[in-house]
Amino acid sequence: MVRMLKWILPAVFIFVGVSGKTQVDANALIKKVSATIDKVNNYEASGKMKTNVTFLKVPESVVKIYFKKPNKLKIKNEKGISFVPKGAVSINLSNIINGGKYTALDAGTDKIGNILVRVIKLLPEDDNADVVLSTVYIDEANLVIKKAKTTTRENGSYQLEMTYGKYIAYGLPDKIIFTFNTKDYKLPKGVTFDFDDGAAVKKTTPETLKKNQGMAEITFDSYIINKGVPDTVF
Amino acid sequence: MLNLLRIELFKISRRPRTYIAFAAIAAIVFIFQFAFKADGESYMNLMLQSVKDTFEFEKVRAINGYFMCYIILNTLLIQVPILVALIAADSISGEANMGTLRLLISKPISRTQLILVKFAAATIFTILLLLWMAITSLVFSLLIFGADDMLIFRSKGDESQILLITKDDVIWRYLAAFAYATVALTVIAALSLFLSIFAENSIGPIIATVCIVIVCTIISNINVPIIDKNVKPFLFTSYLVGWKGFFYIATTDEGVPIKGSIENWTAIRNSLLILLLHIGILVAASVIVFRKKDILS
Amino acid sequence: MSSIIRVSHLSKQFKDTRAVDDLSFTVNEGDVYGFLGQNGAGKSTTIRMLLSLVAPSEGEINIFEKKLSTHRSEILRQVGAVIEKPDCYKYLSAYDNLSIFARMSGMKVSRQLLMKQLQMVGLADRAGSKVKTFSQGMKQRLGIAVALVHDPALIILDEPTNGLDPQGIADMRNLILKLSNEMGKTVLISSHLLSEIELIANRMIIIHKGKKMVEGTVADLLDPAHSLIQVETDNNAAAKEKLKQTNWVSFLQNDKQLRLMMNKEEVPRLISDLVAMEVQLLSVSSSHSLENYFLSLTTLPGYVEPFAN
Repeated sequence: MVRMLKWILPAVFIFVGVSGKTQVDANALIKKVSATIDKVNNYEASGKMKTNVTFLKVPESVVKIYFKKPNKLKIKNEKGISFVPKGAVSINLSNIINGGKYTALDAGTDKIGNILVRVIKLLPEDDNADVVLSTVYIDEANLVIKKAKTTTRENGSYQLEMTYGKYIAYGLPDKIIFTFNTKDYKLPKGVTFDFDDGAAVKKTTPETLKKNQGMAEITFDSYIINKGVPDTVF
Repeated sequence: MLNLLRIELFKISRRPRTYIAFAAIAAIVFIFQFAFKADGESYMNLMLQSVKDTFEFEKVRAINGYFMCYIILNTLLIQVPILVALIAADSISGEANMGTLRLLISKPISRTQLILVKFAAATIFTILLLLWMAITSLVFSLLIFGADDMLIFRSKGDESQILLITKDDVIWRYLAAFAYATVALTVIAALSLFLSIFAENSIGPIIATVCIVIVCTIISNINVPIIDKNVKPFLFTSYLVGWKGFFYIATTDEGVPIKGSIENWTAIRNSLLILLLHIGILVAASVIVFRKKDILS
Repeated sequence: MSSIIRVSHLSKQFKDTRAVDDLSFTVNEGDVYGFLGQNGAGKSTTIRMLLSLVAPSEGEINIFEKKLSTHRSEILRQVGAVIEKPDCYKYLSAYDNLSIFARMSGMKVSRQLLMKQLQMVGLADRAGSKVKTFSQGMKQRLGIAVALVHDPALIILDEPTNGLDPQGIADMRNLILKLSNEMGKTVLISSHLLSEIELIANRMIIIHKGKKMVEGTVADLLDPAHSLIQVETDNNAAAKEKLKQTNWVSFLQNDKQLRLMMNKEEVPRLISDLVAMEVQLLSVSSSHSLENYFLSLTTLPGYVEPFAN
């Protein structure tokens, strides 16, 4: 982590120095996006979660996602057990860009699929914040975040990729692909006597994932927006 | 033959030592259930130590009846051979010790019949023991902890895995696992019976059976390639844990478990055949040795 | 009269000992056949071979005119036995034990029949008690009940009086006589006590180190004609020389002592002859030769066998 910061921080300062003018645009854009997100005070969504982690063999699960401003988020599987990546709280976008205590830096444009996006880097002003750096890719036409990369001190790096549909007006995605860091899973030695069934270890992680990366994909079926969510669910 | 079996079961049912096994199982199971009811979270934390920072999940739901039964079986099926040996190793040696063997042999029953009946009785005892285990560890656990999705912690080669089996996909696996365990433990019964022919009190064959099981289990669990390839396939203890195979659910290429599937049925089937072969050889050897034996007790 | 047991040239070799060596004998229907021998003479091994507990190394056993090796079950259905200690399942009641062994003999049992059997051996009031609470005598009686419950034609009793008190021994004797006289059973009874056998057996065999020493009717073997007269004089050697000159020579035993095997009734004539020969008599004692012989098997290894087979 410290190693990574050594690289990132000088790079950020170079940006600040060179492109002071576009910084305003970046801030304005973030504000606009925030305004969209701000329309949602709370929601209760239902959807499906698919997890892809090397050591975790779990089926797709039906989940409920509860959100309440400013940053409460809970993913629940009512019918069974789900492994929810801890960093998944950051699928709550307002967590990334709201609060306003950051420095927004314009990092140019990029393309996701066929859509042209603005790349903006967000640096928290609080040196002790868990988030070290967030990079957001914004669809300017619809004022939604298509992709966000976050580097944290404690929980590694995340990446979010959003696909929008019906709820685009609220900045709520139909699908989120959440990529995160995992550690190797090791069972404590000697607690199990396992049956060696001779089956080869199947490689189940897609090529796109690096070693020690996991992926969770949430597909939202419906949202109930601003109808209130009791605090007890969190 | 059926008449003889009835007599044999009557004898077993009247022996106090028979019930030691049932009491021991109940005691172990209840201690497990109590411990997990009180502090199952610590166990979960231990198992998930290396990933507890990455994921959150509902531990209370994970400690459910299905999970408990698996944990209990995992521990208990290592001890149960001792309980099976307690009865099976007494089959012939106990009669010799009590002085009733010479009476039995001087009755108009062939020795082959006698061995087969003794084996059948030991097998029935084993089945009842497993049935009792199923009741205490599965039924009672479900009553105490409820049913939910089941987590399997598994180490496979150098990797560890967590498998999740949805709750509607569990019961048949337990039925199959208990059936498999019956076969596995019947090997122990056959081994004990065989050893009991050579002794005139039951302590010797009980200890011999337990020693063989322990030594082979230890060797089965040494993870050295040379032993993996050259020794393990020939040890019956390597196949005793095969019941777990029913809980190794197959996954898609994306790592998603396929409901109703088993990762490697062929391996389980082969294990079963190997165990059955052991039973066949041990019972046949028992018959051959016993037919030739001079009864001097 | 048909033979119930016919044993021919039976031998049993255990690793380094020959427990039974070329043994042949016949037990006829209705016999109470005494099987006599010191401890370790091979009695038990022979009985175990008769009951198929031990396989013979050589020779053949026929029971009820059938080969034991090929008609085992058929034969054993008609045999009842008490082998050494009368052991039963200690954790079961007398009634349950009896029921188990009766059913194993292929019988259909009824409570009435079992209770009658227990009554016969005087255990009816203890039918429900566990055998572990029984005295040695009670166990013995239960053992007898087990041996008799299926109404066998042949009863084999291996040392049945071992561990019994005098009353128990007398009861056993009466039971055996009753089985033979009233119920017409054939009985084979082993013992290391001649006194026991001579009271109940009509025929007997003595075996020693696995070999047959003598076999015959008890009446013949215990005939007073076969008395052993031991004479003690001031000079036995001289007296022996003098006797050799007379008709008594044919009765003289070929050993250092002065002993004659003869009819007891001839003793007064012997004494008067010795007196006439001026032999100084110190004592004359008589014993039955069979008893003496039997004792001698262990005490006097050099003793000469008085009975021609």
